[in-house]
Amino acid sequence: MNQEVKETYQQPNKKGYFGKYGGKFVPEILIPAVKALEEEYERAKNDPEFLGSFHSLLEEYVGRPTELTFANRLTEHYGKARIYLKREDLCHTGAHKINNAIGQVLLAQRMGKKRIIAETGAGQHGVATATACAKFGLDCVVYMGAEDMVRQKLNVDRMTLLGAEVRSVESGSKTLKDATNEAIRDWVTNVEDTFYIIGSVVGPHPYPMMVRNFHRVIGDETRRQIMEAEGRIPDYLIACVGGGSNAMGFFYPFIDDEINIIGIEAAGYGVNSGKTAATITKGTPGILHGSMSYLLHDENGQIELAHSISAGLDYPGIGPEHSFLHDSGRVNYHAVTDSEAMEAVKLLSKTEGIIPALETAHAFAWLEKLMPSTEVNEVVVVNCSGRGDKDMGTISENL
Amino acid sequence: MNRIKRKFEEQSAGEKLMSLFITAGYPDLDSTVELVLGMEKNGADIIELGIPFSDPLADGPTIQYSSDIAIKNGITIDKIFEMVSKIREVSQIPIILMGYMNPVLRYGVEKFCENAAKSGIDGLILPDVPVDEDEIIKKNISDNDLAMIHLVAPNSTDVRMKLADSKSSGFVYCVSVTGVTGARDGGEISSSVDTFIQRVRKNITENPVMIGFGIKSYEDAQNIASNADGFIVGSALINCIKKSYPEPGWKQELFSLVHSLKHGN
Repeated sequence: MNQEVKETYQQPNKKGYFGKYGGKFVPEILIPAVKALEEEYERAKNDPEFLGSFHSLLEEYVGRPTELTFANRLTEHYGKARIYLKREDLCHTGAHKINNAIGQVLLAQRMGKKRIIAETGAGQHGVATATACAKFGLDCVVYMGAEDMVRQKLNVDRMTLLGAEVRSVESGSKTLKDATNEAIRDWVTNVEDTFYIIGSVVGPHPYPMMVRNFHRVIGDETRRQIMEAEGRIPDYLIACVGGGSNAMGFFYPFIDDEINIIGIEAAGYGVNSGKTAATITKGTPGILHGSMSYLLHDENGQIELAHSISAGLDYPGIGPEHSFLHDSGRVNYHAVTDSEAMEAVKLLSKTEGIIPALETAHAFAWLEKLMPSTEVNEVVVVNCSGRGDKDMGTISENL
Repeated sequence: MNRIKRKFEEQSAGEKLMSLFITAGYPDLDSTVELVLGMEKNGADIIELGIPFSDPLADGPTIQYSSDIAIKNGITIDKIFEMVSKIREVSQIPIILMGYMNPVLRYGVEKFCENAAKSGIDGLILPDVPVDEDEIIKKNISDNDLAMIHLVAPNSTDVRMKLADSKSSGFVYCVSVTGVTGARDGGEISSSVDTFIQRVRKNITENPVMIGFGIKSYEDAQNIASNADGFIVGSALINCIKKSYPEPGWKQELFSLVHSLKHGN
């Protein structure tokens, strides 16, 4: 007799594909580096010593587990399902990004690499990387678009103070995409001694898988905490998606559960305004930065300039696993505009005393659309991926 | 027979074949055909036409620049095919397209390979499609009798060199140093390149080998390519155009450089 076995999620495959997305589209020069990384990560992820160091750093240095906060006044505001916040904003450095930076710095150490490079958009990944490098005494170079350096001046100063060298990128749109190009060029040139810490679930295999796994602690903790608080898993999960690392870490431990999972992209001025970063909503499959995924590009395959009020979401691509989860229908992706995100910043600040990052605010903005359709006995968890201190300049201009 | 193959068969003893890269549509759309024909006349044996891409992550500032200008000039893949058709009216020089995968994917892989072959293109170099990912285009390339040229670098293992050899046709492109295009000087390169080429020679036996990255002069070419079948120049040509365009005689400047790269004067 056949016993029915619940199909469990097994992605990516050995070649680094999530369905048709992902892969390793990098120049030959980088193949030895990505293969060495893949092999080292495979060993490390089952090594109790590596996992032990990783988790004790998350506990003692990052401040994990982060709290799961019941948002009583936000819940009252909508008068529907109970809303909880997964408080990644309470992580050391102010966002979830540090989980991955710590994981990759530990790997770099295992591989004997002394020089770290990273790209950054909002500066949160750059700050997280600079922080981890300071903690471990490694050289750190962060590439950042000239435009983003203006928008996120505070984070530039933080990185410099932490001992990193911030290199301004003047090519293309002068934002995250161009910073990523420049980091890859550095890596191609200095591949022997340099470790590239990618900040999201993007790039060639094994990065999308590895970054997801370093962040799955977000979802694992959420699961434990909501079981304690509610005695059951949530009905809805919501997270913002740029490259999609906070969302992937949050969603991944729930992928096999029958719950609603929602990813929110940045619509910018609107998905049809031509000034948007809503990659899944407006894009089509293509290849950028080492993997196949949804992409904003014109009919000639030239990458389009993304726009979002949030520097961390201002990217024309998205992690390949999100593309897969979209096509398979497992995760629903929607987009909210700059001004909807700004309204969400105000609402969360006034009702809960939490000023969210502009990236994070996109996830909260979706509550306006979602909450009316929920029931009072349901549970929603929003990943509060980062705090808004870094965005005060932009927020003030838009109040 | 494929024009690339014929070219290597016709190569005389001791001669180094010269493959020249320019970005299609740079410095303007109208000049590309004339530049190719003029370069042939002055010693080019093979032409590589760059398909401009907005995010050329294996290229240095020079080719990023020429790609940006060409995109602003309104270059498209169809316009490149038209240029090649025009060249084919008067020339049988082997022509290879070099570009990133995304524009090809967006155009449609099948249609791209068919139209490339129809317009008279002989082969493709796709720097962000390593041998591991060639499934994405391999069948369409062989269906249309195009050559697929893979790259090897100093950090490629012996196994990967053999793999690149078995999966390439036309020739194998040897990248002389780890780095982006146009980043280093020939002088810096020549000392380390000998051991690399020795390994290349041991492992790559099915295809001719061409070496590129960092060649700016006849002397560079002779030093770096002494044990290769030929050499590739790209960024130095773009820099030459960038310096003199649109002054009168800018094409002649380029052709003189081409002549000296092949013949030493």
